Amino acid sequence: MTVKVREIAQKNVKTNNFETKLEVLEPKKEPKESIFITSRLHLYYGETHALKGIDLNIEKNAVTAIIGPSGCGKSTFLKTLNRMVELVPNVRTTGTIFFNGQSIFDPSVKVEQLRTQVGMVFQKANPFPKSIYENVAYGPKIHGIRNKKLLDEIVEKSLRDAYLWDEVKDRLHDHAFQLSGGQQQRLCIARTLAIEPEVILMDEPTSALDPKSTLKVEELIQSLKEKYTIIIVTHNMQQAHRISDQTAFFLDGEVVEFDDTEVIFNHPKDSRTFDYVNGRFG
Amino acid sequence: MEYLNMEKVERRSKIRIIIDKIAKWITFFATLFGVTMLTILIIRIISQGIHVIDFEFLTNRLSTDPEKAGIMGAILGTLWLIAVVAPVTMFFGMFTAIYIEMYMKDGKMKSILSTNIANLAGVPSIVYGILGLTVFVRGMELGNVVLAGGLTLSLLILPITIVTTQEALRAIPSDLTEAAFGIGATKWQAIRTVVLPMALPTILTGFILAMSRAIGETAPLVVIGIPTLLIPFPGSIFDKFTVLPMQIYYWTLDSVLVAEYASLAAGTIIVLLFILLVLNLTAVLIRRKFEKKLLR
Repeated sequence: MTVKVREIAQKNVKTNNFETKLEVLEPKKEPKESIFITSRLHLYYGETHALKGIDLNIEKNAVTAIIGPSGCGKSTFLKTLNRMVELVPNVRTTGTIFFNGQSIFDPSVKVEQLRTQVGMVFQKANPFPKSIYENVAYGPKIHGIRNKKLLDEIVEKSLRDAYLWDEVKDRLHDHAFQLSGGQQQRLCIARTLAIEPEVILMDEPTSALDPKSTLKVEELIQSLKEKYTIIIVTHNMQQAHRISDQTAFFLDGEVVEFDDTEVIFNHPKDSRTFDYVNGRFG
Repeated sequence: MEYLNMEKVERRSKIRIIIDKIAKWITFFATLFGVTMLTILIIRIISQGIHVIDFEFLTNRLSTDPEKAGIMGAILGTLWLIAVVAPVTMFFGMFTAIYIEMYMKDGKMKSILSTNIANLAGVPSIVYGILGLTVFVRGMELGNVVLAGGLTLSLLILPITIVTTQEALRAIPSDLTEAAFGIGATKWQAIRTVVLPMALPTILTGFILAMSRAIGETAPLVVIGIPTLLIPFPGSIFDKFTVLPMQIYYWTLDSVLVAEYASLAAGTIIVLLFILLVLNLTAVLIRRKFEKKLLR
């Protein structure tokens, strides 16, 4: 699988010196399977050049953290991975993103399909104004599952996987807005788990939560990486350090450094990375 | 450094408090004016018309004899009109608004279209009457029947319906539609399962208010030639008809000839006002009910 993905990636970029860059940016340890490969990814909001040639390999079944100061393009990058960024008017992208070896910009790829495989959890918990049950069952339902028993099963499993089941099992038909902020965010994670994605994109999922709820979500992320690939944008450096396997440091729409989290935080190669992770700016 | 000089502040505060009192009285009198006028109107109409309202008045056919005249025909005509206007306006109003708000790309076309629709809401109703006369009564040779009148009034209230629906759709937080897209919903699925259920109370409220405007409308119906004296009851959308405001209009005109017609007009106004009140109350109740359900 890995070999195939890389072949396609390289075939696609034969004309430039991407290969060397790929070597530099790839983590040094034993090569693992990549689920996302982005190559020369540029993104423009109208005239604004928001992403300036992103080349990243994102490892399967790992937690990849994306850090960087506000406005560096990290959220934009995340939203590009499931093409949610296209909801913004006047967005233009060039370059390629391979998801399991397939370009996500290929005309044969339907965004609805892509977003089912690449789920997303947002900065602010955004449960639907429906019951807890209906929130989790929403995804399976729109994908055509009508069987009540099966839906019950999916809801229970997703809530269990999101560490929420014990807190809500007796009130599944209560309105989702009755849950606390932290519970709502875990409900949103459960809602995403219910469509069984391969990747879960998280856009600062704990920035609106109190420390206790944050800790719970972090534990949850740790347990999810066995089954899912998680890519998380975070402002919180300690969080990135605690939960991620690899970290990419973004600055002004470029990747300054991408490596194992230990390396980024303890022996970064770039002085800007060092300054940022040590709180010198940002 | 002192930015605020206490002495000056004290002096100014007296003036500020006086201005505040004046503002309060101005707003009070503005309110009082409207309320007084409405009260006078209602008292006058009720005192003039309440005595004609009885079972016969509500169920009799129209007649030149004020003693025998009833408004059943006009009530039925109004109901038939609603049967045309409601589905037509709901369908075209809601889907047009959904297309513009949810499917159309932001840009010049969208803003031109939105602005023009908003402007159409301000076009005098008689102009719609002329349009209805040209297109439905003569062009499609429907004649002055319920269907022609209903389509004309639908056109009249479509702009307001579209504008209120657009506003209702815009008010739905985008993070909810994003949540739906984020788990692979198509646009229509997101609209049907998230946006519409949330926007529905506002849409329905706007719709009912637009409906009550339609059933109170006279000018366009005069233009398309609603008969002055219509004895038979309308039985389908292809029948000739009259409506309550038309009846009020003709009775008021003829009160010069037969003085009792003025009381009949007043009685009809009470009936029309009652129907409008019921419609508006329904709008309020729908809104309350849905709001509770959605935002507990």
